[in-house]
Amino acid sequence: MARVAGVDIPANKRSVISLTYIFGIGNASAASILQKAGIDVERRVKDLSEDELDKIRKIIDSEYQTEGNLRATVRMNIKRLMDIGCFRGLRHRKGLPCRGQRTRTNSRTRKGPRRTIANKKKAPGK
Amino acid sequence: MARSIKKGPFVDDHVTKKVDESNRSGQKKVIKTWSRRSMILPEFVGQTFAVHNGNKFIPVYVSENMVGHRLGEFAPSRNFRGHSGAAKTDKSAKK
Repeated sequence: MARVAGVDIPANKRSVISLTYIFGIGNASAASILQKAGIDVERRVKDLSEDELDKIRKIIDSEYQTEGNLRATVRMNIKRLMDIGCFRGLRHRKGLPCRGQRTRTNSRTRKGPRRTIANKKKAPGK
Repeated sequence: MARSIKKGPFVDDHVTKKVDESNRSGQKKVIKTWSRRSMILPEFVGQTFAVHNGNKFIPVYVSENMVGHRLGEFAPSRNFRGHSGAAKTDKSAKK
């Protein structure tokens, strides 16, 4: 257990993998952080010395936006889109996909669980 | 794929011409345009465009945040009023 970048506590996994538990750090940035710190990617976090962890912390703090900060900027970007009233903003407001995907079917990630409408089928012509 | 930086942002010539004109003579005239594909440049800030949406012209006041977007993004061409069932329930719920 080690604390890196605020709240995160990656466990006894390979160091590249455990760094990806931080929001804002994926496989690529984890690898580049470790390369910069001169730590082998295969080494487990529990085997790292406190110095090495400090190195990692320093690199992350200075070069990467993570966790709360990153979430805040993402939220700000979306809010900007909504405030200027552009197409993508409207889609965000409605909770629909913004990038031109079909919505006749699918896009359940954005729309959430299906809300079935009762008696829908009978509508056209009695 | 993103557009090459070498080319710069795309703006229809007639739009730039009109913006230049209205920037030179004191601002205020609404610029009517069909060119939804034109990117909003920093020079456009403060202008009001009337952007065609396929049916009528939608007034768009350009603010600083809009730079880099396209005029068409601010004039929606589809107007979703809700499904028949949803409209009924909505009305009954409100009244």
